[in-house]
Amino acid sequence: MKNKDEMIGGRMSRVDAVLKVTGGATYFAEYEVPNLVYGVLVPSTITKGRIKNIDTKKAENAPGVLAVLTHLNAPKVPAYEAKEASKTSSGRGPGLMAFHNADVHFNGQPIALVVADTFERATYAASLVKADYQEEKHQTELKANLAKGNVPSTNKSLQDYQRGEKDAYKTAPVNLEEEYVLPTEVHNPMELHGILAQWDGPDRITVYAKTQGVKMTQQVIADTFKLPKENVQVHSQFVGGAFGMSLRVWPHEIATILAAKKVNRPVKLVITRNEMFTIAGYRPHTHQKVGIGATKEGKILGISHWAHVQNSNYEEFTEATVAMTKFMYQIPNVNTTYRVVPLDICSPVPMRGPGEATGAFALESAIDELSYALNMDPIELRLLNYPEKDPERDLPWSSNYVRDAYQMGADKIGWSSRSNTPKSKMEDGMWVGYGMATGTFGAHRRPATARACMNGDGTLLVQSAASDIGPGTGTAIVQIAAEVMGIPAAKIRFDLGESNLPDAPIQGGSATVASVGSAVHDACLELRQKLVELSGNALKNAKVETLVYEDGKISSPKDRSASISYAEVLKRNNLPKLEVTKESKLEEEQQKKFAMYSFSVHFVKVHVHPATGVVKVKHAVALADAGTIVNRKTASSQMMGGAVGGIGMALTEEAIIDHRFGRYVNNNFADYHVPVNADVPDIDVLFVDKKDPYTNPMGSKGLGEIAIIGMAPAIANAVYNATGKRVRELPITPDKLI
Amino acid sequence: MKTSKKKVKNEARRDFLKQSSVLSALVLSPGQAVKDPDWDEKVAAPFEKVALKLEVNGVKHTLQVEPRTTLLDLLREQLHLTGTKKGCDFGQCGACTVHSNGERINSCLTLALTEDGRKITTIEGIAKGDDLHPMQEAFIKHDGFQCGYCTPGQIMSGIACIREGHADTEDEIREYMSGNICRCGAYPTIVDAIMEVKKGGQTV
Repeated sequence: MKNKDEMIGGRMSRVDAVLKVTGGATYFAEYEVPNLVYGVLVPSTITKGRIKNIDTKKAENAPGVLAVLTHLNAPKVPAYEAKEASKTSSGRGPGLMAFHNADVHFNGQPIALVVADTFERATYAASLVKADYQEEKHQTELKANLAKGNVPSTNKSLQDYQRGEKDAYKTAPVNLEEEYVLPTEVHNPMELHGILAQWDGPDRITVYAKTQGVKMTQQVIADTFKLPKENVQVHSQFVGGAFGMSLRVWPHEIATILAAKKVNRPVKLVITRNEMFTIAGYRPHTHQKVGIGATKEGKILGISHWAHVQNSNYEEFTEATVAMTKFMYQIPNVNTTYRVVPLDICSPVPMRGPGEATGAFALESAIDELSYALNMDPIELRLLNYPEKDPERDLPWSSNYVRDAYQMGADKIGWSSRSNTPKSKMEDGMWVGYGMATGTFGAHRRPATARACMNGDGTLLVQSAASDIGPGTGTAIVQIAAEVMGIPAAKIRFDLGESNLPDAPIQGGSATVASVGSAVHDACLELRQKLVELSGNALKNAKVETLVYEDGKISSPKDRSASISYAEVLKRNNLPKLEVTKESKLEEEQQKKFAMYSFSVHFVKVHVHPATGVVKVKHAVALADAGTIVNRKTASSQMMGGAVGGIGMALTEEAIIDHRFGRYVNNNFADYHVPVNADVPDIDVLFVDKKDPYTNPMGSKGLGEIAIIGMAPAIANAVYNATGKRVRELPITPDKLI
Repeated sequence: MKTSKKKVKNEARRDFLKQSSVLSALVLSPGQAVKDPDWDEKVAAPFEKVALKLEVNGVKHTLQVEPRTTLLDLLREQLHLTGTKKGCDFGQCGACTVHSNGERINSCLTLALTEDGRKITTIEGIAKGDDLHPMQEAFIKHDGFQCGYCTPGQIMSGIACIREGHADTEDEIREYMSGNICRCGAYPTIVDAIMEVKKGGQTV
């Protein structure tokens, strides 16, 4: 009998759960490596300019110090010498050539790396490094520099877009034009970033990394040091959250590899929580403007969406902030503009729901504002403008059940008790408001390779260089293999997080299950087929299509005696094991035929304190139209987690720079407020759970991004419903409501 | 007053160490020691370790540690008990939560020496062999985590929360678990797990 919880759609507990609850899961900084020494970074204290002098003498003489790496003594980096840092590995390379020259591009940029025999000694010695600078005037304020915005040169899809008439909203009978501002937000996974690096010879490097792609990290390091890829080994079996911050290799990782070369010992760098804000990316501060216009009946006639996005001054980062506006609603006239604004700060990096989460705040707030201007229910307005097919590319949806999700969510939250008049409902002395918003993200699938190996004892080993930063990749993969092979989950092992495993893409853009899962599915299917072929006469010529695969056996349902276990097949063929390695990808033709997207809808009920303006989310419903749900338990946690991220986005998160100094002033958990347990209500997660016929063999669509996209505007919309105050600059702190 | 006395005593000890080691260093290599601008720091360094007796997960340790070493770094870097996590090093996130004589503390805010003679329990010490602690079981059942990094701290805090009598209602758990940040956002299932253990009535 198949255990349903172990199959696709089941609620199996995580395969790595015991390791995670016992402290047995090993994250990058926890590998026991002989002769290990510790690195600590020294940050620049200016924002822009050059290092004139750097005094490392005191630090070098401090007890236990082995080296102080600076631009003056760092070993040469071949890619830096060739000025290729920003070009390496399609923007996943270090970008900034730290320790290569005296330039300072942002406040807190590492200018020295102190290596000592203990963490305490390295930390103390780092405090002794002093630098003099030739300081230049810096610019860190987005609002003051909007005019400097550039059309992105690296991303074609973000060039100015126009469909129909430009700015048609202006002539529509009902229209509005508003600005929406998102502050800088920081990923802040609980595990601090860093790397443990060692040289195994003059041209061989091993690293233990916090990465969303071991193959990506391997490629970047190989490119940076101009080494053959196979000379670089990357280990990253457990990652303590990342949310996008580990989608590239950061300069401090390269610096640690250099330090390991200099001291000829393994060096471990774990950056501080303060440095998590300054040197490892963020969701960029974004100014948006949306103009939207409709007929009096609510038919949207035109929408315009402008975005100005904070950037660094040494490379270009883009994200799809204005993408959703082009297709989420049936609108004949659309134009979008995207500008990058270079400033003297570290580069941004994708953060959960990159672009779309920011864009959805503007779009879904504007839709809500329009609904009040029309005196229409916001769900009704959305239904009226639902696109039967993708209006951007004029393609049918591979699947789109967003209307079902509206209904399911409305029922669950109790939408019928919402009043369409703001500030008209009170409960327990609090203003009550209901809000909702939609989210979407491309249902991507990238090429991936998996190896499936049937062992002589009937156990199955599955391998692919995937990452699992938390969603439960390993668990979903085991379920997919269990489903195809008909083997209990306990007899399946999935290896990931090692660069010597078969190719897998980065864990980004909600594509891991679709990509790696498909490869595993296809590899298992082929392995199963080979085992059938090797089964001789055991199946008594039963037709292949009729065979069933259960309990580690192939059987014919018609003839009970026609059955053979996988182990027996191998035994009869004198095979110690049987292995299949298979690459899997979506045919390009298929991609051209359908618009493939995941959709989410978030509903929230808020209480707002009339005197203090404190907002409390009382209940949230998160809905996903994400095709087949492979594991309902982990998928539910993922949706819940995205909603929690959305609560932070809406109500508390804002990284603040003091522009006089170009320096963050709240770069720690006491001052930058991520949601804590008391901020989070009951969250109901509902899945449409309808298979997408075209995305991949499982029929799944991505989940990680849509979990957060739309949550922040749902809260902002609920706050308006409760108070009559429209907050267009996140976070919605009490001062904005009183 | 007690604190200041201690301070004076320690400073005197440090001066003594410096002086006595300087003397021996001068005897050994007078030229080099005098040339080195930080010779006093260097020669004093080896004497800067202080004896510490600690019981961790039932195992008695006699250690020599630098006074500035935190309990967290001692556990992770010297005793290789890496289940206890570093999330901020400022007492702001709770990932480093352990029990000291049965009560929860942030090990990153605790200098190891201040725990002399105490019993420390970490995530590695709560299961009985292969039998998981009820809180570990409940976290698995309710999926009270994703990446797993804050999980040891959440579990240690969750156990303490029940022991303290702060787990009678869901709202109470939310409040008393708010010192443990989970960026993956598993709070609702963490509350479910703690509630289940509390209701189960087992001794934690």
